[in-house]
Amino acid sequence: MDKDTIQEQLKEIIAVYVPDKEILGKLTLEHDLINDLKINSAHIVDIVLDIEEKYDIMIEDDAIMEMVTIDQAIEVIYGKVQEK
Amino acid sequence: MAPNAVGTADFEKALKEGRSGIRFFEESQSLNFRCQIAGKPLITEDYKARYFDDYYQNKLDNNAIIYACLAGFEAWENAGLIHHQNQIDFDSGMIIGSGALGLDGSNHAVFSKILAGNNKRLGSRAIPESMSSGAAAYLNKILGLGNRILSNSSACITGTESVLLGYEHLKLGKAKRMLCGSTEGDGIFIWGAFDAMRILTSDSNEDPTNGSRPMCDSSVGFVPGSGSGAMVLETLESAQSRGAKIYAEILGTYVNSGGLRDGGSMTAPNLNAVVQCMKNSLREAKVASNEIDLISGHLTGTKGDSTEIKNWKKALGGAQDKFPLINTPKSMIGHCIAGAGSIELVATLIQMEKSFVHGNYNIKKVNPDITAEIPLERIPMKTVHKKINTAIKANFGFGDLNCSIVLRKWKDG
Repeated sequence: MDKDTIQEQLKEIIAVYVPDKEILGKLTLEHDLINDLKINSAHIVDIVLDIEEKYDIMIEDDAIMEMVTIDQAIEVIYGKVQEK
Repeated sequence: MAPNAVGTADFEKALKEGRSGIRFFEESQSLNFRCQIAGKPLITEDYKARYFDDYYQNKLDNNAIIYACLAGFEAWENAGLIHHQNQIDFDSGMIIGSGALGLDGSNHAVFSKILAGNNKRLGSRAIPESMSSGAAAYLNKILGLGNRILSNSSACITGTESVLLGYEHLKLGKAKRMLCGSTEGDGIFIWGAFDAMRILTSDSNEDPTNGSRPMCDSSVGFVPGSGSGAMVLETLESAQSRGAKIYAEILGTYVNSGGLRDGGSMTAPNLNAVVQCMKNSLREAKVASNEIDLISGHLTGTKGDSTEIKNWKKALGGAQDKFPLINTPKSMIGHCIAGAGSIELVATLIQMEKSFVHGNYNIKKVNPDITAEIPLERIPMKTVHKKINTAIKANFGFGDLNCSIVLRKWKDG
Protein backbone atom coordinates (compact mmCIF):
# COMPACT_ATOMS: atom_id res chain seq x y z
CA MET A 1 0.00 0.00 0.00
CA ASP A 2 1.44 3.36 -0.98
CA LYS A 3 1.35 6.56 1.01
CA ASP A 4 -1.01 8.34 -1.39
CA THR A 5 -3.64 5.66 -0.79
CA ILE A 6 -3.15 5.94 2.95
CA GLN A 7 -3.53 9.73 2.71
CA GLU A 8 -6.85 9.40 0.87
CA GLN A 9 -8.13 6.82 3.35
CA LEU A 10 -6.93 8.86 6.34
CA LYS A 11 -8.84 11.84 5.01
CA GLU A 12 -12.00 9.73 4.98
CA ILE A 13 -11.39 8.50 8.52
CA ILE A 14 -10.81 11.94 10.05
CA ALA A 15 -13.59 13.70 8.11
CA VAL A 16 -16.27 12.94 10.67
CA TYR A 17 -14.18 14.50 13.45
CA VAL A 18 -13.35 17.72 11.60
CA PRO A 19 -15.85 20.46 12.51
CA ASP A 20 -15.17 22.68 9.48
CA LYS A 21 -15.50 20.42 6.42
CA GLU A 22 -14.19 23.08 4.03
CA ILE A 23 -10.65 22.56 5.19
CA LEU A 24 -10.79 18.92 4.03
CA GLY A 25 -10.85 20.14 0.43
CA LYS A 26 -7.44 21.75 0.80
CA LEU A 27 -5.85 19.29 3.15
CA THR A 28 -2.03 19.25 3.14
CA LEU A 29 0.55 16.95 4.67
CA GLU A 30 1.60 19.72 7.04
CA HIS A 31 -1.83 20.16 8.62
CA ASP A 32 -1.77 19.62 12.37
CA LEU A 33 -4.74 17.45 13.48
CA ILE A 34 -5.59 19.45 16.60
CA ASN A 35 -4.37 22.98 15.89
CA ASP A 36 -5.15 23.28 12.18
CA LEU A 37 -8.03 20.85 11.67
CA LYS A 38 -9.54 21.74 15.08
CA ILE A 39 -10.16 18.11 15.94
CA ASN A 40 -11.13 17.78 19.60
CA SER A 41 -8.11 16.20 21.33
CA ALA A 42 -10.37 13.53 22.88
CA HIS A 43 -11.12 12.29 19.37
CA ILE A 44 -7.48 11.44 18.61
CA VAL A 45 -8.14 8.22 20.51
CA ASP A 46 -11.19 7.56 18.31
CA ILE A 47 -9.21 8.24 15.14
CA VAL A 48 -6.51 5.80 16.27
CA LEU A 49 -9.16 3.13 16.91
CA ASP A 50 -10.67 3.73 13.48
CA ILE A 51 -7.21 3.43 11.91
CA GLU A 52 -6.43 0.23 13.82
CA GLU A 53 -9.67 -1.31 12.62
CA LYS A 54 -9.22 -0.17 9.02
CA TYR A 55 -5.65 -1.51 8.62
CA ASP A 56 -5.78 -4.30 11.22
CA ILE A 57 -2.77 -2.87 13.02
CA MET A 58 -1.94 -1.89 16.60
CA ILE A 59 -0.72 1.60 17.38
CA GLU A 60 1.01 1.93 20.76
CA ASP A 61 0.52 4.97 22.97
CA ASP A 62 4.04 6.20 22.12
CA ALA A 63 3.25 6.15 18.42
CA ILE A 64 0.03 8.12 19.02
CA MET A 65 2.16 10.94 20.43
CA GLU A 66 4.04 11.09 17.13
CA MET A 67 0.88 11.54 15.10
CA VAL A 68 0.65 15.31 15.25
CA THR A 69 0.36 16.13 11.54
CA ILE A 70 -1.22 14.34 8.59
CA ASP A 71 2.27 13.48 7.34
CA GLN A 72 3.30 11.96 10.65
CA ALA A 73 0.06 9.96 10.88
CA ILE A 74 0.68 8.55 7.39
CA GLU A 75 4.25 7.59 8.36
CA VAL A 76 3.03 5.72 11.47
CA ILE A 77 0.34 3.87 9.51
CA TYR A 78 2.73 3.10 6.62
CA GLY A 79 5.33 1.73 9.04
CA LYS A 80 2.84 -0.50 10.82
CA VAL A 81 1.35 -1.82 7.59
CA GLN A 82 4.86 -2.70 6.37
CA GLU A 83 5.55 -4.63 9.57
CA LYS A 84 2.51 -6.86 9.11
CA MET B 1 -39.68 10.88 20.13
CA ALA B 2 -42.22 8.30 21.22
CA PRO B 3 -42.55 4.56 20.47
CA ASN B 4 -45.58 5.26 18.27
CA ALA B 5 -44.46 8.46 16.55
CA VAL B 6 -41.45 10.55 15.64
CA GLY B 7 -41.98 14.31 15.84
CA THR B 8 -44.98 16.21 17.20
CA ALA B 9 -47.05 16.26 13.99
CA ASP B 10 -46.89 12.48 13.73
CA PHE B 11 -47.48 12.13 17.48
CA GLU B 12 -50.74 14.09 17.18
CA LYS B 13 -51.90 11.72 14.46
CA ALA B 14 -50.82 8.65 16.42
CA LEU B 15 -52.63 9.78 19.58
CA LYS B 16 -55.83 10.46 17.64
CA GLU B 17 -55.86 7.14 15.82
CA GLY B 18 -54.68 5.08 18.78
CA ARG B 19 -51.54 3.85 17.04
CA SER B 20 -49.54 1.38 19.11
CA GLY B 21 -45.76 1.46 19.30
CA ILE B 22 -45.47 -1.77 21.26
CA ARG B 23 -43.55 -4.56 19.53
CA PHE B 24 -42.16 -8.03 20.19
CA PHE B 25 -38.38 -8.22 20.71
CA GLU B 26 -36.69 -11.50 19.83
CA GLU B 27 -33.67 -10.75 21.99
CA SER B 28 -35.91 -10.51 25.07
CA GLN B 29 -37.27 -13.93 24.20
CA SER B 30 -33.85 -15.48 23.67
CA LEU B 31 -32.74 -14.15 27.06
CA ASN B 32 -35.73 -15.72 28.83
CA PHE B 33 -37.43 -12.47 29.84
CA ARG B 34 -41.00 -12.98 30.97
CA CYS B 35 -41.97 -9.77 29.21
CA GLN B 36 -40.75 -9.87 25.60
CA ILE B 37 -42.50 -6.74 24.36
CA ALA B 38 -41.57 -3.07 24.57
CA GLY B 39 -42.02 0.30 22.95
CA LYS B 40 -39.14 1.93 21.11
CA PRO B 41 -39.12 4.92 18.74
CA LEU B 42 -38.44 4.00 15.12
CA ILE B 43 -36.02 6.64 13.93
CA THR B 44 -34.67 6.42 10.42
CA GLU B 45 -31.22 7.52 9.30
CA ASP B 46 -32.93 10.05 7.02
CA TYR B 47 -34.74 11.62 9.96
CA LYS B 48 -31.54 11.85 11.97
CA ALA B 49 -29.76 13.44 9.03
CA ARG B 50 -32.21 16.36 9.13
CA TYR B 51 -30.82 17.38 12.53
CA PHE B 52 -27.44 15.75 12.99
CA ASP B 53 -24.01 16.46 11.57
CA ASP B 54 -22.02 13.48 10.33
CA TYR B 55 -20.34 12.94 13.68
CA TYR B 56 -23.66 12.60 15.56
CA GLN B 57 -25.16 10.65 12.69
CA ASN B 58 -22.40 8.06 12.49
CA LYS B 59 -20.87 7.90 15.93
CA LEU B 60 -23.56 8.57 18.53
CA ASP B 61 -24.71 5.19 19.90
CA ASN B 62 -26.72 5.83 23.04
CA ASN B 63 -30.42 5.76 22.19
CA ALA B 64 -31.45 7.90 25.16
CA ILE B 65 -29.06 10.61 23.97
CA ILE B 66 -30.16 10.35 20.34
CA TYR B 67 -33.84 10.68 21.38
CA ALA B 68 -33.10 13.66 23.64
CA CYS B 69 -31.07 15.47 20.97
CA LEU B 70 -33.83 15.01 18.39
CA ALA B 71 -36.64 15.97 20.78
CA GLY B 72 -34.75 18.96 22.16
CA PHE B 73 -33.81 20.20 18.73
CA GLU B 74 -37.41 19.90 17.48
CA ALA B 75 -38.76 21.75 20.54
CA TRP B 76 -36.22 24.54 20.02
CA GLU B 77 -37.17 24.91 16.36
CA ASN B 78 -40.88 24.63 17.15
CA ALA B 79 -40.50 27.56 19.56
CA GLY B 80 -39.15 29.62 16.68
CA LEU B 81 -35.66 29.70 18.12
CA ILE B 82 -32.44 29.36 16.20
CA HIS B 83 -28.92 28.39 17.21
CA HIS B 84 -25.62 29.64 15.95
CA GLN B 85 -22.56 27.53 15.33
CA ASN B 86 -20.27 30.03 16.98
CA GLN B 87 -22.47 31.89 19.46
CA ILE B 88 -23.47 31.22 23.04
CA ASP B 89 -26.92 32.18 24.33
CA PHE B 90 -26.46 33.07 28.00
CA ASP B 91 -30.17 33.81 28.48
CA SER B 92 -31.18 30.23 27.73
CA GLY B 93 -30.54 27.02 29.63
CA MET B 94 -31.80 23.46 29.71
CA ILE B 95 -32.97 20.80 32.10
CA ILE B 96 -32.74 17.43 30.37
CA GLY B 97 -33.26 14.56 32.79
CA SER B 98 -32.58 10.90 32.28
CA GLY B 99 -33.25 7.60 33.97
CA ALA B 100 -30.69 4.88 33.37
CA LEU B 101 -28.53 6.37 30.64
CA GLY B 102 -25.71 3.97 31.41
CA LEU B 103 -28.00 0.95 31.01
CA ASP B 104 -29.00 1.71 27.43
CA GLY B 105 -28.39 -1.25 25.14
CA SER B 106 -25.55 0.60 23.43
CA ASN B 107 -23.45 0.07 26.55
CA HIS B 108 -23.21 -3.62 25.68
CA ALA B 109 -20.02 -2.88 23.74
CA VAL B 110 -18.57 -0.88 26.64
CA PHE B 111 -19.14 -3.63 29.19
CA SER B 112 -17.92 -6.44 26.96
CA LYS B 113 -14.74 -4.64 25.89
CA ILE B 114 -13.84 -3.90 29.52
CA LEU B 115 -14.63 -7.45 30.63
CA ALA B 116 -12.46 -8.81 27.81
CA GLY B 117 -9.51 -6.71 28.92
CA ASN B 118 -9.87 -4.41 25.94
CA ASN B 119 -10.78 -1.13 27.61
CA LYS B 120 -8.14 0.47 25.39
CA ARG B 121 -10.49 -0.03 22.47
CA LEU B 122 -13.35 1.97 23.97
CA GLY B 123 -12.67 5.33 22.41
CA SER B 124 -13.67 8.65 23.91
CA ARG B 125 -17.42 8.32 24.00
CA ALA B 126 -17.98 5.70 26.71
CA ILE B 127 -18.07 8.25 29.53
CA PRO B 128 -19.93 11.14 27.82
CA GLU B 129 -22.51 8.67 26.55
CA SER B 130 -23.11 7.05 29.93
CA MET B 131 -22.83 9.96 32.34
CA SER B 132 -26.22 11.06 33.64
CA SER B 133 -25.68 14.51 32.13
CA GLY B 134 -24.78 13.02 28.75
CA ALA B 135 -28.05 13.83 26.99
CA ALA B 136 -27.88 17.50 27.95
CA ALA B 137 -24.20 17.68 27.07
CA TYR B 138 -24.65 16.27 23.56
CA LEU B 139 -27.77 18.35 22.95
CA ASN B 140 -26.02 21.50 24.07
CA LYS B 141 -23.20 20.90 21.63
CA ILE B 142 -25.86 21.51 18.99
CA LEU B 143 -27.65 24.44 20.65
CA GLY B 144 -24.89 26.31 22.48
CA LEU B 145 -26.89 27.47 25.50
CA GLY B 146 -24.98 29.29 28.21
CA ASN B 147 -27.38 29.47 31.14
CA ARG B 148 -27.99 26.64 33.60
CA ILE B 149 -27.53 23.15 32.11
CA LEU B 150 -28.93 20.56 34.50
CA SER B 151 -29.75 16.87 34.26
CA ASN B 152 -32.19 15.73 36.89
CA SER B 153 -32.77 12.07 37.61
CA SER B 154 -35.84 11.17 39.64
CA ALA B 155 -37.12 7.92 38.18
CA CYS B 156 -40.56 8.19 36.58
CA ILE B 157 -41.15 11.81 37.61
CA THR B 158 -37.99 12.94 35.82
CA GLY B 159 -39.85 14.49 32.88
CA THR B 160 -42.47 16.39 34.86
CA GLU B 161 -39.80 17.45 37.35
CA SER B 162 -37.58 18.81 34.57
CA VAL B 163 -40.38 21.21 33.64
CA LEU B 164 -40.91 22.13 37.29
CA LEU B 165 -37.21 22.86 37.69
CA GLY B 166 -37.11 25.00 34.56
CA TYR B 167 -40.20 26.87 35.73
CA GLU B 168 -38.61 27.59 39.12
CA HIS B 169 -35.40 28.81 37.48
CA LEU B 170 -37.40 31.23 35.32
CA LYS B 171 -39.45 32.40 38.30
CA LEU B 172 -36.23 33.26 40.09
CA GLY B 173 -35.43 35.53 37.18
CA LYS B 174 -32.24 33.69 36.31
CA ALA B 175 -32.95 32.99 32.64
CA LYS B 176 -35.29 34.02 29.84
CA ARG B 177 -36.00 30.55 28.59
CA MET B 178 -35.33 26.95 29.53
CA LEU B 179 -35.51 23.90 27.30
CA CYS B 180 -37.01 21.19 29.51
CA GLY B 181 -37.41 17.49 28.92
CA SER B 182 -36.28 14.01 29.72
CA THR B 183 -35.20 10.82 28.06
CA GLU B 184 -34.96 7.06 28.48
CA GLY B 185 -33.10 4.56 26.37
CA ASP B 186 -33.92 0.92 25.82
CA GLY B 187 -32.60 -2.59 25.42
CA ILE B 188 -31.96 -5.71 27.40
CA PHE B 189 -30.31 -4.19 30.47
CA ILE B 190 -33.18 -1.84 31.34
CA TRP B 191 -35.94 -4.22 30.30
CA GLY B 192 -34.30 -7.27 31.87
CA ALA B 193 -33.86 -5.50 35.20
CA PHE B 194 -37.48 -4.33 35.33
CA ASP B 195 -38.57 -7.83 34.25
CA ALA B 196 -36.76 -9.27 37.26
CA MET B 197 -39.04 -7.25 39.54
CA ARG B 198 -42.12 -9.08 38.13
CA ILE B 199 -43.83 -5.79 37.36
CA LEU B 200 -43.96 -6.05 33.55
CA THR B 201 -46.74 -7.48 31.38
CA SER B 202 -45.96 -11.12 30.71
CA ASP B 203 -49.21 -12.26 29.10
CA SER B 204 -48.98 -10.48 25.76
CA ASN B 205 -45.83 -11.71 24.03
CA GLU B 206 -48.00 -13.04 21.21
CA ASP B 207 -50.21 -9.95 21.15
CA PRO B 208 -47.82 -7.03 21.80
CA THR B 209 -50.12 -4.11 20.94
CA ASN B 210 -52.61 -5.34 23.53
CA GLY B 211 -49.98 -5.59 26.29
CA SER B 212 -50.26 -2.13 27.81
CA ARG B 213 -53.73 -1.84 29.38
CA PRO B 214 -53.95 1.00 31.89
CA MET B 215 -57.17 0.97 33.98
CA CYS B 216 -58.23 -2.39 32.52
CA ASP B 217 -59.54 -5.12 34.74
CA SER B 218 -57.06 -7.58 33.22
CA SER B 219 -53.90 -5.45 33.45
CA VAL B 220 -51.03 -7.32 35.05
CA GLY B 221 -48.07 -4.98 34.67
CA PHE B 222 -46.56 -2.25 32.56
CA VAL B 223 -44.83 -2.48 29.20
CA PRO B 224 -41.43 -0.76 29.14
CA GLY B 225 -41.01 2.05 26.64
CA SER B 226 -38.34 4.54 25.67
CA GLY B 227 -38.11 7.95 24.09
CA SER B 228 -37.89 11.60 24.88
CA GLY B 229 -40.05 14.69 25.06
CA ALA B 230 -39.01 18.33 25.32
CA MET B 231 -40.56 21.78 25.44
CA VAL B 232 -39.39 25.36 25.72
CA LEU B 233 -40.42 27.30 28.82
CA GLU B 234 -40.08 31.05 28.57
CA THR B 235 -40.95 34.12 30.57
CA LEU B 236 -44.07 35.79 29.22
CA GLU B 237 -42.19 39.00 28.61
CA SER B 238 -39.51 37.28 26.54
CA ALA B 239 -41.97 35.14 24.58
CA GLN B 240 -44.20 38.10 23.72
CA SER B 241 -41.33 40.37 22.81
CA ARG B 242 -40.19 37.98 20.09
CA GLY B 243 -43.74 37.12 19.01
CA ALA B 244 -43.40 33.46 19.93
CA LYS B 245 -46.26 31.00 19.64
CA ILE B 246 -47.43 30.29 23.20
CA TYR B 247 -49.13 26.95 23.76
CA ALA B 248 -49.88 27.12 27.46
CA GLU B 249 -49.13 28.76 30.73
CA ILE B 250 -47.86 26.88 33.76
CA LEU B 251 -50.19 27.80 36.61
CA GLY B 252 -48.86 25.66 39.40
CA THR B 253 -46.38 22.90 40.18
CA TYR B 254 -45.48 20.73 43.12
CA VAL B 255 -42.97 18.01 43.83
CA ASN B 256 -42.64 15.98 47.00
CA SER B 257 -41.76 12.62 48.47
CA GLY B 258 -43.63 10.27 50.75
CA GLY B 259 -40.35 9.74 52.56
CA LEU B 260 -40.58 5.97 52.03
CA ARG B 261 -42.76 6.01 55.15
CA ASP B 262 -46.46 5.45 55.95
CA GLY B 263 -47.06 3.00 53.13
CA GLY B 264 -44.49 4.62 50.87
CA SER B 265 -41.53 2.49 49.80
CA MET B 266 -39.03 2.18 46.98
CA THR B 267 -41.83 1.09 44.66
CA ALA B 268 -45.13 2.05 46.35
CA PRO B 269 -46.36 5.55 47.06
CA ASN B 270 -47.26 7.08 50.39
CA LEU B 271 -50.84 8.01 49.50
CA ASN B 272 -51.02 11.07 51.72
CA ALA B 273 -47.98 12.52 49.97
CA VAL B 274 -49.48 11.84 46.52
CA VAL B 275 -52.72 13.63 47.41
CA GLN B 276 -50.82 16.49 49.02
CA CYS B 277 -48.71 16.87 45.86
CA MET B 278 -51.77 17.03 43.59
CA LYS B 279 -53.58 19.42 45.94
CA ASN B 280 -50.63 21.76 46.39
CA SER B 281 -50.10 22.13 42.64
CA LEU B 282 -53.79 23.10 42.35
CA ARG B 283 -53.47 25.50 45.25
CA GLU B 284 -50.46 27.23 43.69
CA ALA B 285 -52.38 27.36 40.41
CA LYS B 286 -55.43 28.82 42.17
CA VAL B 287 -57.50 26.37 40.18
CA ALA B 288 -60.67 24.79 41.55
CA SER B 289 -61.20 21.13 40.77
CA ASN B 290 -64.29 21.85 38.66
CA GLU B 291 -62.16 23.96 36.30
CA ILE B 292 -60.07 20.98 35.24
CA ASP B 293 -60.90 19.62 31.80
CA LEU B 294 -58.38 16.82 31.63
CA ILE B 295 -56.23 14.75 33.95
CA SER B 296 -53.15 13.25 32.34
CA GLY B 297 -52.51 10.43 34.76
CA HIS B 298 -49.50 8.28 35.51
CA LEU B 299 -51.57 5.07 35.10
CA THR B 300 -48.98 2.50 34.13
CA GLY B 301 -51.22 -0.54 33.76
CA THR B 302 -50.47 -2.08 37.13
CA LYS B 303 -52.66 -2.68 40.14
CA GLY B 304 -51.63 0.81 41.25
CA ASP B 305 -54.02 2.36 38.71
CA SER B 306 -57.08 2.09 40.96
CA THR B 307 -55.14 3.58 43.88
CA GLU B 308 -54.14 6.48 41.65
CA ILE B 309 -57.79 7.12 40.72
CA LYS B 310 -58.71 7.15 44.41
CA ASN B 311 -55.93 9.69 45.02
CA TRP B 312 -57.07 11.93 42.19
CA LYS B 313 -60.63 11.82 43.48
CA LYS B 314 -59.49 12.73 46.98
CA ALA B 315 -57.29 15.57 45.74
CA LEU B 316 -60.13 16.98 43.64
CA GLY B 317 -62.56 17.09 46.54
CA GLY B 318 -64.12 13.65 46.37
CA ALA B 319 -67.17 14.39 44.22
CA GLN B 320 -67.80 11.46 41.88
CA ASP B 321 -70.03 13.33 39.44
CA LYS B 322 -67.56 16.17 38.94
CA PHE B 323 -64.54 14.06 38.10
CA PRO B 324 -62.85 15.31 34.90
CA LEU B 325 -61.89 13.24 31.88
CA ILE B 326 -58.76 11.22 32.51
CA ASN B 327 -56.33 9.59 30.10
CA THR B 328 -52.80 8.40 29.53
CA PRO B 329 -51.02 7.57 26.27
CA LYS B 330 -49.40 4.52 27.92
CA SER B 331 -51.71 2.04 26.15
CA MET B 332 -49.98 3.13 22.92
CA ILE B 333 -46.41 3.80 24.04
CA GLY B 334 -45.96 1.81 27.24
CA HIS B 335 -44.30 3.32 30.27
CA CYS B 336 -41.35 5.34 29.00
CA ILE B 337 -39.92 5.53 32.54
CA ALA B 338 -37.81 8.70 32.89
CA GLY B 339 -39.02 9.78 29.46
CA ALA B 340 -42.69 9.33 30.43
CA GLY B 341 -43.38 12.70 32.04
CA SER B 342 -42.03 14.81 29.21
CA ILE B 343 -43.59 12.72 26.43
CA GLU B 344 -46.94 12.78 28.24
CA LEU B 345 -46.71 16.53 28.80
CA VAL B 346 -46.15 16.96 25.08
CA ALA B 347 -49.24 14.78 24.52
CA THR B 348 -51.21 17.01 26.92
CA LEU B 349 -50.09 20.17 25.12
CA ILE B 350 -51.01 18.71 21.72
CA GLN B 351 -54.50 17.80 22.98
CA MET B 352 -54.90 21.28 24.45
CA GLU B 353 -53.77 22.92 21.23
CA LYS B 354 -55.90 20.77 18.95
CA SER B 355 -58.94 20.41 21.25
CA PHE B 356 -59.20 16.67 21.62
CA VAL B 357 -58.83 14.00 24.28
CA HIS B 358 -57.22 10.81 23.02
CA GLY B 359 -58.60 7.45 24.02
CA ASN B 360 -57.41 4.99 26.62
CA TYR B 361 -57.06 1.98 24.37
CA ASN B 362 -56.92 -1.75 25.08
CA ILE B 363 -59.56 -1.64 27.83
CA LYS B 364 -62.00 -4.53 27.52
CA LYS B 365 -63.53 -3.90 30.92
CA VAL B 366 -62.52 -1.09 33.28
CA ASN B 367 -61.18 -2.28 36.61
CA PRO B 368 -64.27 -2.34 38.90
CA ASP B 369 -62.24 -0.70 41.67
CA ILE B 370 -62.00 2.30 39.32
CA THR B 371 -65.66 2.39 38.26
CA ALA B 372 -66.55 2.25 41.96
CA GLU B 373 -64.85 5.63 42.26
CA ILE B 374 -65.59 7.53 39.04
CA PRO B 375 -68.18 7.36 36.23
CA LEU B 376 -67.22 5.13 33.32
CA GLU B 377 -67.72 7.91 30.78
CA ARG B 378 -64.88 9.91 32.29
CA ILE B 379 -62.50 7.33 30.85
CA PRO B 380 -62.66 7.90 27.06
CA MET B 381 -61.90 4.72 25.11
CA LYS B 382 -61.53 6.54 21.83
CA THR B 383 -60.58 10.05 20.78
CA VAL B 384 -63.21 12.68 21.53
CA HIS B 385 -63.34 16.27 20.40
CA LYS B 386 -63.15 18.58 23.40
CA LYS B 387 -61.85 22.02 24.23
CA ILE B 388 -59.30 21.81 27.03
CA ASN B 389 -58.53 24.98 28.91
CA THR B 390 -57.04 23.55 32.05
CA ALA B 391 -55.21 20.26 32.56
CA ILE B 392 -53.35 18.65 35.40
CA LYS B 393 -50.52 16.20 34.86
CA ALA B 394 -48.85 14.04 37.46
CA ASN B 395 -46.25 11.31 37.56
CA PHE B 396 -45.05 9.12 40.40
CA GLY B 397 -41.71 7.40 40.66
CA PHE B 398 -39.52 4.88 42.46
CA GLY B 399 -38.11 6.31 45.64
CA ASP B 400 -41.61 7.52 46.63
CA LEU B 401 -41.50 10.63 44.42
CA ASN B 402 -44.45 12.66 43.17
CA CYS B 403 -44.69 15.58 40.78
CA SER B 404 -47.74 17.49 39.56
CA ILE B 405 -48.16 20.33 37.08
CA VAL B 406 -51.24 22.43 36.25
CA LEU B 407 -51.39 23.94 32.75
CA ARG B 408 -53.76 26.38 31.09
CA LYS B 409 -54.16 26.95 27.39
CA TRP B 410 -52.88 30.37 26.36
CA LYS B 411 -55.85 32.49 25.28
CA ASP B 412 -54.12 34.77 22.84
CA GLY B 413 -52.21 31.88 21.34
